[in-house]
Amino acid sequence: MEEKLIIEVKNLVKKFKNITAVNDISFTVKKNEIFGFLGPNGAGKTTTINIICTLLKLNSGSVTLCGYDVATEKNRIRNCIGLVFQDPTLDDRLTALENLNFHALLYNVPHRQIKERIDSVLEMVDLLKRKNDLVRTFSGGMKRRLEIARGLIHYPKVLFLDEPTIGLDPQTRNKIWEYIVKLKKTNDITIFLTTHYMEESEICDRIAIMDEGKIIAMDTPDTLKNMIGLDIITIISDDNKKLKDYLKEKFSIDAELTKNNEVRFEVKDSAKFIPYFIRHCHINILSINARKSTLNDVFLSLTGKEIREESANKKDAMRMHMRARARR
Amino acid sequence: MKKELFGIYIIWYREIKKFFRDRPRIIGSIAQPAIFLLVLGSGLASSFQIFGGGGGKEFLSFMFPGIIAMTVLFTAFFSAMSIVWDREFGFLKEVLISPVSRTSIVIGKNLGGSTVAMIQGLIILIFAPIIKIQISWMSVLKLIPVTFLVAMSISSIGIALAARLRSMQAFQVLTNFILMPMFFLSGALFPLLNAPEWMKYIAMANPLSYGVDMMRTVVIGSTALQMYPVYLDIAVTAGVVVVMSILGIALFNRED
Repeated sequence: MEEKLIIEVKNLVKKFKNITAVNDISFTVKKNEIFGFLGPNGAGKTTTINIICTLLKLNSGSVTLCGYDVATEKNRIRNCIGLVFQDPTLDDRLTALENLNFHALLYNVPHRQIKERIDSVLEMVDLLKRKNDLVRTFSGGMKRRLEIARGLIHYPKVLFLDEPTIGLDPQTRNKIWEYIVKLKKTNDITIFLTTHYMEESEICDRIAIMDEGKIIAMDTPDTLKNMIGLDIITIISDDNKKLKDYLKEKFSIDAELTKNNEVRFEVKDSAKFIPYFIRHCHINILSINARKSTLNDVFLSLTGKEIREESANKKDAMRMHMRARARR
Repeated sequence: MKKELFGIYIIWYREIKKFFRDRPRIIGSIAQPAIFLLVLGSGLASSFQIFGGGGGKEFLSFMFPGIIAMTVLFTAFFSAMSIVWDREFGFLKEVLISPVSRTSIVIGKNLGGSTVAMIQGLIILIFAPIIKIQISWMSVLKLIPVTFLVAMSISSIGIALAARLRSMQAFQVLTNFILMPMFFLSGALFPLLNAPEWMKYIAMANPLSYGVDMMRTVVIGSTALQMYPVYLDIAVTAGVVVVMSILGIALFNRED
């Protein structure tokens, strides 16, 4: 059965001066799915979204959304997308209602429906009672919810959420994800999101893992996790080198010495492996830790680095770069 | 087309709404010209009597339209500069990503800022009875479109500048290097009729000079203090609106 595609990206390249932010990526998003971009900050997720949303021009390749070309049919695309950015884009000197009204008129929502639609989106994000309050009195989580509500007023075909939970506390983050899942169930909508939180991306139907401007893997979260499909064991011992050799010799496991002075490797079934291992190993073990593989492990095994370890510097570098560019 | 008109309307409406909500701004906008008029104006007027040549009363009625122009200048310019503010706080993105064209965004912003500036400029008229200046109702009526046109010219300049500005710091610099000279060299505070030649030339290149001239002719109700012919005033001011708006739209349309 052929599924309907709503976004098609082919050989997309975007360069900022000498930095290639997006390096020849191709992917498609199906109608009514939650599609996620996962990767460290600076991987090119936001840049890709900005290109699809007509905020940035591409250097080469082609992008279509709902069959419209981003290069030539900007306004048609703008009409059928909703956006929630990383940084807030509300006017905090206006009330929630006024912000939504502003949006509704900009997007040419039929007059008779405006009030009704505003109430229903506010209801959805539990902000109906705060309708007439100035946005500046809202907390960070409330603002983000209001932005999600705003992004829905004009009934977009695709809702883009760029790091929708960044900077929010865990409780609020869970709430936001609840809304997103609910949204997908109750509306005829495709959701395209980016995140660098591994756990969060697991609500997606499909994930593309991005790193340094390239898509390095793309599939359902379960399939991706099954790529490893194993339990991860980390051991700290008196002699990690010796332990590594031992694992190779006895179990033919290629263990890896991590920066934190651990021996890290994967096994099929840690519950069976560990007792057997302990019984036979003569190296003094200080600690042993086993867990199910996560998308973080997928990322690690694909790129050889943790998704979060260099987040901070990379993000800063990218931000600074963007600012410097913007000033010109 | 209808879509664009709604876009212009809502951008205009936001400006108006924010203006009436911001009480300190309204009070400040009345207090500043009041200080200029009552303190500086009265002070200067009385100093003329010391240095001979009477005319203190006439000076006040000369300066009065200049103060209206000053209010319009500052209000319209600051309104346009709120674009930079909106950019810093992210709101501009919401506007720029909408299906409304950049042309409508610039027009809406200009009309909004100009309306606010016009209202503030006309509020100054309440000081006329206090400093005993007679203005006919006819003059007030004429002043409405004139003030609006002048406000639009300043707005269009401000918007074109704001299109490329990324920080509020740069805005401070602009205020000092563009706004202040524009104000001082426009003939708003002192007559340019007897000014040195070089100053007259600079004033001729200053778009506000024509606005001030036009407002003064209307308020005084005679051509006694006129610098340029009325048709030139209108042509230059309207010309600035057109040229700077086109420039502003072009700058907003230019994308990275």
